[in-house]
Amino acid sequence: MGQTIAEKIISEHTGRDVKAGELVIAKVDVAAVQDGTGPLTVQEFKKLGKEKLANPKRTILFIDHAAPSPRKELSNSHMVLREFSKEYGAVISDVGEGVCHQRLIETYVNPGEILVGADSHTCTSGALGAFATGMGSTDIAVAMGLGKTWLKVPPTFKIEVEGDFQKGVSPKDLILHLIGLIGADGATYRALEFTGSTIKNMEMADRFTLANMAVEAGAKAGLFVTDEKTKAYLKERGREDKFRKIEPDSDAIYERVIKINANELIPTVSCPHTVDNTKTVDKLKDIKVDQVFIGTCTNGRIEDLRIAAKILAGKHVHPNTRLLVSPASRDVLKQALTEGLIGIFVESGAALVTSGCGPCVGVHGGILGDGEVCLATQNRNFQGRMGNTKGFIYLSSPEVAAYSAIKGHIADPREVL
Amino acid sequence: MIKKGKAFKFGDDISTDHIAPGRLFHLRSDLPEFAKHVLEDADPDFASKMQKGDFVVAGNNFGLGSSREHAPQIIKIAGVGAVIAKSFARIFYRNAINIGLLLIECNTDGIDADDELEIDIKQGFVHNVTKSTKIEITPLPDVMIKLLNEGGLIEHIKKHGDFDLV
Ligand code: SF4
Repeated sequence: MGQTIAEKIISEHTGRDVKAGELVIAKVDVAAVQDGTGPLTVQEFKKLGKEKLANPKRTILFIDHAAPSPRKELSNSHMVLREFSKEYGAVISDVGEGVCHQRLIETYVNPGEILVGADSHTCTSGALGAFATGMGSTDIAVAMGLGKTWLKVPPTFKIEVEGDFQKGVSPKDLILHLIGLIGADGATYRALEFTGSTIKNMEMADRFTLANMAVEAGAKAGLFVTDEKTKAYLKERGREDKFRKIEPDSDAIYERVIKINANELIPTVSCPHTVDNTKTVDKLKDIKVDQVFIGTCTNGRIEDLRIAAKILAGKHVHPNTRLLVSPASRDVLKQALTEGLIGIFVESGAALVTSGCGPCVGVHGGILGDGEVCLATQNRNFQGRMGNTKGFIYLSSPEVAAYSAIKGHIADPREVL
Repeated sequence: MIKKGKAFKFGDDISTDHIAPGRLFHLRSDLPEFAKHVLEDADPDFASKMQKGDFVVAGNNFGLGSSREHAPQIIKIAGVGAVIAKSFARIFYRNAINIGLLLIECNTDGIDADDELEIDIKQGFVHNVTKSTKIEITPLPDVMIKLLNEGGLIEHIKKHGDFDLV
């Protein structure tokens, strides 16, 4: 009987053929934590009594959520991670290097591997054909010590996307549309497999955006076939030798097939306070925005900055709106500098934020005031997410975000693209 | 085992941001202090009103959002007897069992705030004492029962030296 991508990768890591629903102990290739979850992982790891990490070079500790640290308690947590890395030989990615998921795809994860991370958006690496999933601190502590984890092999939903996006419509609109369609718990315990001509033609950056948000539908992983684009991505980052063809069997069994026509999509926005509360942009034109934030593991890549810069070039941000831009990693920042994008942002009135999570999680910079509205390219808009329960967060593509920053209210980028 | 307590009622989609807000990120290194703010962004009075053993009762998809294990940790540290909900988000579910917080999946429509409840895990039901009704519990998966009985994942690994779940 044929296997899905999830079943194939987990089978390889279990040493036998597995199918959806089975409970397995699987080998882990890469384990990761961030500064919010890492200190608790360190504490739990020490309880295990293991002297060594199972795989130190592939145990990565990211300082990205509160980076640079806005207060001493968090600085102390950062010290815990730095000390642990020295003591056990784990890799550290420190302040300014970028958001964990961006750094993982740039440098650490390869097709066919299993990545477990103490961060829910670990699913981002699924776009590289890796089985990547988020867990809690204790699970990662055990994965770091044993090089293994327990998994229930997930059933898979096949998301089949055909057709071309209209101008001004992007893969972010597709994933917001999908989440609105099936709901924030529509794919709980499932893996999503994205296929179809639209996905095939899509750039890696866009696949990462889709994989990143799989968890917002409750999914365990968001998976993609690997192809020439995956190969080129790895080659650019010196890992061409790590390319492998990952694909499902033609007779794989899917629990559900969801078909979407990309031609029919229009810019879509998630409204407060849940990601599945989606509306099309035309219904939101009266919503004034106090802050626009372009960045994060969802849409802070060079491709996202390019499209935002294209819209902002020669224009100025609306006087009642502030624009924050955070390139997802130092590599993205360097590229943006080379291409002159940072100059465009600064000229337009934007404030540049250190590469990392920035305002996304409300730990430091960019916290909303009471009643303020933020339009962000991130993946989550829960109440209190950006540091204030009295704030209102809308989620969109970089296109919608950049154009709305100029207009001062939620606006449809198809007017200018 | 029978657990008794009072119901504190919450709605659908209670996220880890409601339970353990990001703005209190710095308290992650001081969980007893963090626990004084548990569920603050869903009900600001919850932590001060609840008594040890009381139950958090919610609708669908409890615990959605971030992987922060601090969310189930501070519910447990606050002394909540169990979280009873129609359904749980995946990572929260796993985290709760790993650290030994009891989760009960059942239809919570017939439970109102302040109802006195008794959970009988062995028989598999929640008894609503106030309303004299019985609600059937969805049985916990074997792996979860094993981890709960052994005191969570770390204790499980220490006891067996490895995974002993399959
Ligand atoms: S950018 Fe936002 S969603 Fe991404 S890892 Fe950081 S806090 Fe999480």
